Amino acid sequence: MFAGFGGQGVVTAGYITGQAAAVYDDRECSFTRVYGPEARGSACYSGVVVDEEEIDYPYLLNPEIMVIMSQEAYEKFLSKLADGGLLIIDSSIVRLDERAEKYKRYNVPATQIAEKMGARVVANVVMLGFVGRIWRGVSVDGLRESVKATVPTRHLDLNLRAFERGIELAEKAIESAPA
Amino acid sequence: MREAVQTGRHFWYGNIAIAEGAIAAGCRFFAGYPITPASEIAEHVSRRFPEIGGMFVQFEDELASIAAILGASWAGAKSMTATSGPGFSLMQENIGLGIMMEVPTVIVNVQRGGPSTGLPTLTAQGDVMQTKWGSHGPYEIIALSPDSPQEAFNVTIRCFNLAEKYRVPVVLLTSETVGHSAGKVVVPPEDAIEIVERKKPKVPVGEYAPYKPDEDLIPPMACAGEGYAFTTTGLTHNEKGYPDTTAETQEKLIRRLNDKIRSHLGDIVDVTEENMEDADIAVVSYGQVSRPAKKAVEMARENGIKAGSIKLTTIWPFAEHIIHKWAKQVEYFIVPELNYGQIYLEVKREAAGEAKTLLIPRMGGELITPTEIYNEIERMSKR
Amino acid sequence: MNTQTTAESEQHPIEKWLRSERMPHMWCAGCGVGPTLYAWIRAPDRVGIPREKVVYVSGIGCCGRGSGYLNVDGFHTTHGRAIPFAIGLKLARPELCVSVISGDGDLFSIGGNHFIHACRRNVDLLVICTNNFIYGMTGGQLAPTTLLGDRATTAPYGNVEPSFSTPHLADAAGAVYVARWTSIHLRRLEKSIAEALQMKGFRYIEVLSPCPVNYGRRNKLPEPDDIAEWFRQSSVIRNGANTSEISIEKGKPLILGDFVKRTGKPTFYEVMKELEGRVKPR
Repeated sequence: MFAGFGGQGVVTAGYITGQAAAVYDDRECSFTRVYGPEARGSACYSGVVVDEEEIDYPYLLNPEIMVIMSQEAYEKFLSKLADGGLLIIDSSIVRLDERAEKYKRYNVPATQIAEKMGARVVANVVMLGFVGRIWRGVSVDGLRESVKATVPTRHLDLNLRAFERGIELAEKAIESAPA
Repeated sequence: MREAVQTGRHFWYGNIAIAEGAIAAGCRFFAGYPITPASEIAEHVSRRFPEIGGMFVQFEDELASIAAILGASWAGAKSMTATSGPGFSLMQENIGLGIMMEVPTVIVNVQRGGPSTGLPTLTAQGDVMQTKWGSHGPYEIIALSPDSPQEAFNVTIRCFNLAEKYRVPVVLLTSETVGHSAGKVVVPPEDAIEIVERKKPKVPVGEYAPYKPDEDLIPPMACAGEGYAFTTTGLTHNEKGYPDTTAETQEKLIRRLNDKIRSHLGDIVDVTEENMEDADIAVVSYGQVSRPAKKAVEMARENGIKAGSIKLTTIWPFAEHIIHKWAKQVEYFIVPELNYGQIYLEVKREAAGEAKTLLIPRMGGELITPTEIYNEIERMSKR
Repeated sequence: MNTQTTAESEQHPIEKWLRSERMPHMWCAGCGVGPTLYAWIRAPDRVGIPREKVVYVSGIGCCGRGSGYLNVDGFHTTHGRAIPFAIGLKLARPELCVSVISGDGDLFSIGGNHFIHACRRNVDLLVICTNNFIYGMTGGQLAPTTLLGDRATTAPYGNVEPSFSTPHLADAAGAVYVARWTSIHLRRLEKSIAEALQMKGFRYIEVLSPCPVNYGRRNKLPEPDDIAEWFRQSSVIRNGANTSEISIEKGKPLILGDFVKRTGKPTFYEVMKELEGRVKPR
């Protein structure tokens, strides 16, 4: 699950992930997103279900990995995360509390990094690089191809740099073991 | 995207898969009006049609949209509209005209919660009976329901083929769940897609009667501008298409309009039966509920319960012969659906005297989960 | 009419346009629909449009029944939806010459929205409205064209609503050709239809048309000829008249003529094909 507020690209991040799984990794996949008033402004999310076989249920019930990019989304959605799930937060925005303690946690200052790269809108792509390296559901190569196929050509370079930055962060996080 | 048929592997929303399925089936005329959760179909078609020489019109309302696709079909085009509950309600009168004039066309209903404005952005299966009975008068219609974006692509093509073959409006009865979820869609090579075209007249111009059926009860169809100078009307008409509002003509016409569908159940009805050989409990489902239903049956089998699943891809005409057959074997039919009991009534009717029928109703908004269906299977297995 | 014993050369020029086996027709004595259709079927020959390409779409009502009497591809559709049905036909097969001929209730009450949007889009159609000021077939109910004070079965104390001036509406919505005649001005009507058939885009002709049975009888014009006589005495031909000044009032002149001729406005089909040309290559 990718969760945040409207405008952070959590829907796009989910779409890119789903496309990577379906088209480039050739797995079964279902992608859903919130629509309507919920999709504008406040906390919103998109969900990706990946499997080797036909998807039984297209919506996320208890995700095994959750990327949270706003405090409101943290409050609203954290309880859905499956026991033993991976919690990835944008640590430049979200503050964790004791509810997060039971999960395997990763702090990724994605927005801060994206701002340093010159455009905070690529924070979601930093997250994608991180997810690609950490999560078994999708391959790094598949994700990279999916990013290329989705972002406008004139912004491709920036997005790919953001993606690689996310992978680097994941490598470091794996080395030092999660918090 | 330049080619009409997008052979390859894609990641498409169900609504995009429907639009691409229509294009692959040869649809080149689309008329519609924006409505959630169906608008993406019109949006996609409006982008794609100029690339492939199709005609897209966003009309002033759904009344115009349905009239226009009937007109376009009479000009020889394969035509389609896409809407949701409120728009589908508005289209009912001219769906009746399409039935009466015997016009091949496809109407997509991406169902949302109703009645009225209801739940614009959330899923439902509340229009099943409206699809069958929404226009006035006794008629048969064909309606198919896909369970995923891949099936939405395949089933859309079949909708066009059935419309052309039986000269009837066909409803693609899908839902917000399928329309707004994206998944893998594999499009086969163009020459691997079966396409059916309507029967054309084989008689000289002077002898053509637009409503004189062949043995299969389906009349060949001339189109405007081909020189046949035919006339057609929504009034009760004779084989020449002339208004003839007598009881006798009405009896003959209505019987044929219904029988041309009823006598071809074997060809039209598409069901998938799994784990049914020794089943005591059968879960009957359609559309997006079919996936969780199938999973629930698998869960039951893992727990030693003899459950099976019957998935209806064809909703109308109803698969009565299939239900009738299994009613002699099973003790229970369980029907999970996103309404307060619609296909349930059909199943119950066919099962009467042979098996009991249980409804798992969900008013819409959310999809029933495999566990919820499994729990009912387990409960019934202990009775 | 017995066509089998009549040599081709002895046929009336409109014979080939009629489904003679369906005669006699259903219209009342004095009705204006028949003469209007007569003018319409004479026009294509004048301008060289082959009968095979001529299509007639109608809605519901007395006028709507016309499509079943004429020997062309004819579509008797549902109430109010003739225009969008015709748009589908025309856009899917642009070589067709498509006319919508229907009544005032059909085109301007239940179908009014389609009319103004078809004008706005400039769809390539000829729309002829036989305006008889009333719902004829259903027995004389109030129409959006019923004149102020007129009686109808649903306006037993006299109509209190202002009526539409349909040429003004068509003009304001962007029709490229707008005219008004009556069903007794047959030669002028035929000429007007022929002229309209040679143009492209949304063309509109209103034909004031007597309904002695359901309009005349209730409005002091009971004899079959009374309404025709009103038309004859009151008509003033004023081509190019400002359409905002031609609304119909009893006791005042009936302004007839061709009021609007716009040139150079692309049709909807042309616009779409131009768009296709921009998108397709690359």
